[in-house]
Amino acid sequence: MKFIDEYQDSKLARGLARRIAQRSTKTIKIMEFCGGHTHAILRYGIRQLVPKTVEMKSGPGCPVCVTATTDLDKAIALAHLPDVIITTFGDMIRVPGSYSSLQQAKAKGADIRIVYSTIDAVEIAKDNPEKSVIFIGIGFETTAPTIAASILKAQQEQIRNFYVLSLNKLTPPVMKALLDSGDVKIDGIVCPGHVSVIIGSHPYEFIPRDYGVACVISGFEPLDILLCIDRLVEQIEKGKPKVEIAYRRGVKPEGNRKALRLMEDVFEIGEANWRGIGIVPKSGLKIRAKYERFDADKAFSVSLKPPKEPKGCRCGDVIRGAATPLECRLFRKTCTPESPVGPCMVSSEGACAAYYQYGTPEDLQDF
Amino acid sequence: MCLAVPVKIVSVNGDEAETEIAGVRRRVSIAFTPEAKVGDYVLLHTGYAIGVIDEAEAEETLKLLEEIASLSEVY
Repeated sequence: MKFIDEYQDSKLARGLARRIAQRSTKTIKIMEFCGGHTHAILRYGIRQLVPKTVEMKSGPGCPVCVTATTDLDKAIALAHLPDVIITTFGDMIRVPGSYSSLQQAKAKGADIRIVYSTIDAVEIAKDNPEKSVIFIGIGFETTAPTIAASILKAQQEQIRNFYVLSLNKLTPPVMKALLDSGDVKIDGIVCPGHVSVIIGSHPYEFIPRDYGVACVISGFEPLDILLCIDRLVEQIEKGKPKVEIAYRRGVKPEGNRKALRLMEDVFEIGEANWRGIGIVPKSGLKIRAKYERFDADKAFSVSLKPPKEPKGCRCGDVIRGAATPLECRLFRKTCTPESPVGPCMVSSEGACAAYYQYGTPEDLQDF
Repeated sequence: MCLAVPVKIVSVNGDEAETEIAGVRRRVSIAFTPEAKVGDYVLLHTGYAIGVIDEAEAEETLKLLEEIASLSEVY
């Protein structure tokens, strides 16, 4: 497939790996923010291709994983309200909340439907005018414009039974929170490619400027990621960190202005609760007052029991890059993709799911 | 979640486009990429084209990759 296959060439990959090895003298730590990158890195054996001087860590870039238990509990409570249809992206349904999951709620009779797109959620609202249709709005900047578009469509078409529970989160503010926490020391960040298609490269500029950490935006094919690592290594070796785009076919410095305008029209920036990190100021998107009739938080009230985290689960540490899945005692034992304890094993982008799927006993020694 | 795949636009109708990837056709929204035209490749994310792929930049990157590979061989 065009724009995919040519970025998977193994000969070019070996060439890039050779150059990284030739350039790399300092021992460095880099973090891939995005769960999609974590999966590609493990799937293509990129950690084994790069020299031992380059240590790679997974970051918090998995929207399902970073959804706080209390927000998940709220979604499950909404599902149990009468005459409500919950619409959600597929990954959310199996994530265990404090006392149940959306899947268990569905088994008990709640009407929960998996959608591929917010367009489908709006259609379900049109087809079921006697029900309240709530979309569980998770995702980063890549997805937020599509959720904004669904609210605008419901407004234009006067669909009065469509609501969004906005749990959307922003990536640069959480990178700042991670760097401020001092929990994880990193020299460079593999910045998320598809978030950057929307936001561009400017929002990362504070990272090299204020923290001296190199930032390179990467695509998702193996050659994209190797090129990104090559750029990061070069910047760090020279001691001149900056923001660079290594995914130029997709990302423009200014981002997608049209999508940003829609996002800004519908959402305002507020705090957000991140699993493993806590409340991060200015890292979430709330629905603006002018669209509040679509805001599930305003339209429905549910009472919640205090949240409970699964015992022994280290998803919070894995999300921050403070532990690898291998350091969690539940990994592969009680926590597996068939019977996940924490969200990082459920989501197709979760670090635990990636380690489970692509790791072998021999590889794991090198991770 | 932030997965996006390159698909080719085969026809445009207002805010929507018919796209194709590996023989599979799908109707997508081009509300965020009004500049997209027939023959362009767009990055498809949950039913929306979030960006148009810049073919000239794609070529440049491939050239750069080939250069790196051949240079590192001689090194």
